[in-house]
Amino acid sequence: MNKLFNTSPNLSRRSFIVATSAAGLSVGVLNACAPSEKPVDYSQLPPNPEVNAWVHIHHDDTVTVRIARSEMGQGTVTGLSQLVAEELGCDWDKVTFEFPTPGENQRRDRVWGSFSTGGSSGIRRSHQYVREGGAAARMMLTEAAANQWDVPVSECTVEKGVISHKGSRKSARFGELVVAASKLMPPTEFKLKDSKDWIISGKSKQRLDTADKLTGALKYASDLTFPGMLNASIKDCPILGGTLKSFDASVPEAMPGVKKVLQIDNAVVVVADTWWQANSALEATPIEWDGGKLASYSSDEINALLDDGLEASETFTGNKGGDVDAAMKAAAKTIEATYNFPTQNHATMEPMNATALWTPEKCEVWCPTQNGEAALRETVTASGHPIEKCDVYKTILGGGFGRRGMSDYVGQAVKIAKEMQGKHIKLQWSREEDMLHGFYHPITKCKLKGGLDVDGNITALDIKISGQSILAALMPQALVEGADYATFQGLLPAGLSDRLEDQTLKYSFPNFHIHHAMRNPPIRPGFWRGVNLNQNTLYLESFLDEMAHAAGEDALDFRLAMLKDEPKMAAVLKAAADKGGWGSNDGKHRGLANIYGFGSYVAACAEVSINNDGTVKINKITAATDPGHAVNPQQIAAQVEGSFVYGLSAMLFGEITYKDGQPEQRNFDTYNSMRIKDMPKVETIVMPSGGFWGGVGEPTIAVAAPAVVNAIFSATGKRVRKFPINNRDLRV
Amino acid sequence: MIKLNVNGKKLDFDGDENTPLLWALREQLGLTGTKYGCGIAECGACTVHIDGQAVRSCVYPIAALEGSEEITTIEGLSKDGSHPVQQAWTELDIPQCGYCQAGMIMAVSALLKENPNATDQDIDDTITNICRCGTFARVRKGIHLAKKKA
Ligand code: FES
Ligand code: FES
Repeated sequence: MNKLFNTSPNLSRRSFIVATSAAGLSVGVLNACAPSEKPVDYSQLPPNPEVNAWVHIHHDDTVTVRIARSEMGQGTVTGLSQLVAEELGCDWDKVTFEFPTPGENQRRDRVWGSFSTGGSSGIRRSHQYVREGGAAARMMLTEAAANQWDVPVSECTVEKGVISHKGSRKSARFGELVVAASKLMPPTEFKLKDSKDWIISGKSKQRLDTADKLTGALKYASDLTFPGMLNASIKDCPILGGTLKSFDASVPEAMPGVKKVLQIDNAVVVVADTWWQANSALEATPIEWDGGKLASYSSDEINALLDDGLEASETFTGNKGGDVDAAMKAAAKTIEATYNFPTQNHATMEPMNATALWTPEKCEVWCPTQNGEAALRETVTASGHPIEKCDVYKTILGGGFGRRGMSDYVGQAVKIAKEMQGKHIKLQWSREEDMLHGFYHPITKCKLKGGLDVDGNITALDIKISGQSILAALMPQALVEGADYATFQGLLPAGLSDRLEDQTLKYSFPNFHIHHAMRNPPIRPGFWRGVNLNQNTLYLESFLDEMAHAAGEDALDFRLAMLKDEPKMAAVLKAAADKGGWGSNDGKHRGLANIYGFGSYVAACAEVSINNDGTVKINKITAATDPGHAVNPQQIAAQVEGSFVYGLSAMLFGEITYKDGQPEQRNFDTYNSMRIKDMPKVETIVMPSGGFWGGVGEPTIAVAAPAVVNAIFSATGKRVRKFPINNRDLRV
Repeated sequence: MIKLNVNGKKLDFDGDENTPLLWALREQLGLTGTKYGCGIAECGACTVHIDGQAVRSCVYPIAALEGSEEITTIEGLSKDGSHPVQQAWTELDIPQCGYCQAGMIMAVSALLKENPNATDQDIDDTITNICRCGTFARVRKGIHLAKKKA
């Protein structure tokens, strides 16, 4: 076994390595030989070197694929392993995985590229180099075999981890060739397999990381323990820009198990033997905050700020065409509507946590992060050590959704550990702390105006978004003359930049203007699964439904008429509508939505009924998605189902409101999330058309809410424009 | 010192009796499969069985136990992951991040023990665990599959 990443005896490799057979085949070292051979005890042999950075093959042919991206449930580990295994030509049943550390990446000239895991990019932005990694390994192993047998490489074939040469009737297993292969020059040119020849990729393989999630064996970061470890709980000032005025340490200090009471920046921290003790003592600690300027800030002020933006004449233009003002004046009919999208917390199931060890020689951190390299940078800053003395060990995440791209909790853990030198410190946030210190989904409102001609065609469309910009807060250097183009996700023109190309508007409108009045309330915004596509699709697709109704047109035909130049977009919309029963005369109430986002074409057809108390029952959603290439269709289906829960939870319940400068919602009793009873049936149509690589974790979130809202209109004749819906009577 | 009967083993708990069972399991008894999600009995991540009943252990203080109760955690549901619910979960590849799944599996196994023919309505009424990854569609299928495997 490769020792590179065995950094802690407590962090068992087993927790990262799960065999693939349904029976839970163990990663034994004795069982990989052909049955007729006598078992060899490979543990007596020196461990094999790696073939290259992506692939390590053990003597018993077990293949360990190195995965730089984070696994937070989205299945990226399995998908990327499939891509590597496909090119490698190994036996899929012998594939496991491990996470290289960001420190190792640093030392090896960033051989694994970016560790950042967000924007549904796990596969679409690394498929090329990971497949090349697998192909390079196969080529080196083949060359090693050809050299040994003194035959041309071109005559050797690879199948399921065995290289054969027909003419000389020779064959060898990958595991036997690794030492020789590792000494060869890596190839620089690759011919990757055509997707139609795939036998591992493109197939609905079982995930590689399931077994230990069913038995309690998987260690999440919050489960790690180390000898002598102490536990910390933290309360940071709940008001943005506020400070810690005073606290009485004598109270927690007198409580059982408490080892230390600390101030870290504007936070109070209690360190104790157990987290329960630490948190109980922290709860008992008298603390006074100075709320500063925002001490009495409330949602009323946020609303007023956004309403002001809706009336603003100065805006940033994201996309426009024709002359919208003239067209609006000339329209036979105009309609107008205002929608909102509230602040959301990510509420990952596993609250933020990190474990840190600081000594004068080094600083190490174990944490669930979506961005190992950012976590490492944070560790360097907070520890005061140079990067060579720091490293970060990633675990599987108990949910990420964008929240764990931020490293605030890592910095806190390191600062605490620095005060408690030589001890592992596990900082675990309470759910309440997690609710209070989010990087929240940006809050916006949107005013839409539409004009129709006498034949019911759209002639004018004005979409004015008012509200928060993520980039202004987190990456101001990414603003373009003050404008945040990411705000227009899903609504942008083509040709702005490579990165924005997968966020473009597919409808053709004759005269339109899409603009943004940036209004930034004092709330930390962040990237929340789906990001700005969520509200933009809700605004656009609900309003187009309003326009179709005003025009007396069928909502499907109305949309298709504007998608004539976009056959892929039209195809997914038609597929969702067909399978979802659109147009059938069965008295059921349906709604449609479609969008292009994160490089994929997606659409949904929702079917709802209204309960006796006027609340909505979402019966079924049929979703269609064209991600170009589908690496693991059953996992795409899982992502679609999951994305609907995330998006619909927001639509139904999700809202963070402010009072006295701080979020009013502190836990799941006030920040509700869908349960199984709220879950519609989901039918997922995966229809990869090839030729491009789109994301799958996020785009479908955006179509769930508008499809449901449009179905609600069909059922009640009333438009829902205020979110969350919150169990209100939708008939009034 | 209190004697607890966890997963068929007698274990000594020697800590504050106000400690919720969740934290006793995780921090004193080394059973970290049971998860913390909310601490207020809302999410179900901490579900264990006490004498076969699903209980949210985050609000169940050790003091409320007599010591004779049979406590079962995810680690003790089966020796080798072969409980019908675990089998169904494997077959349908249900977990996403997996953090809620120990609680989900414990809630479901308690339901099926009590009601081996649980209907969709029973599931809606009984399984109230939160899953932020949104595995509910497969969880429902998994429950029906587990019924067949039992
Ligand atoms: S942690 Fe016990 S119900 Fe959430
Ligand atoms: S699988 Fe992630 S919260 Fe349920």
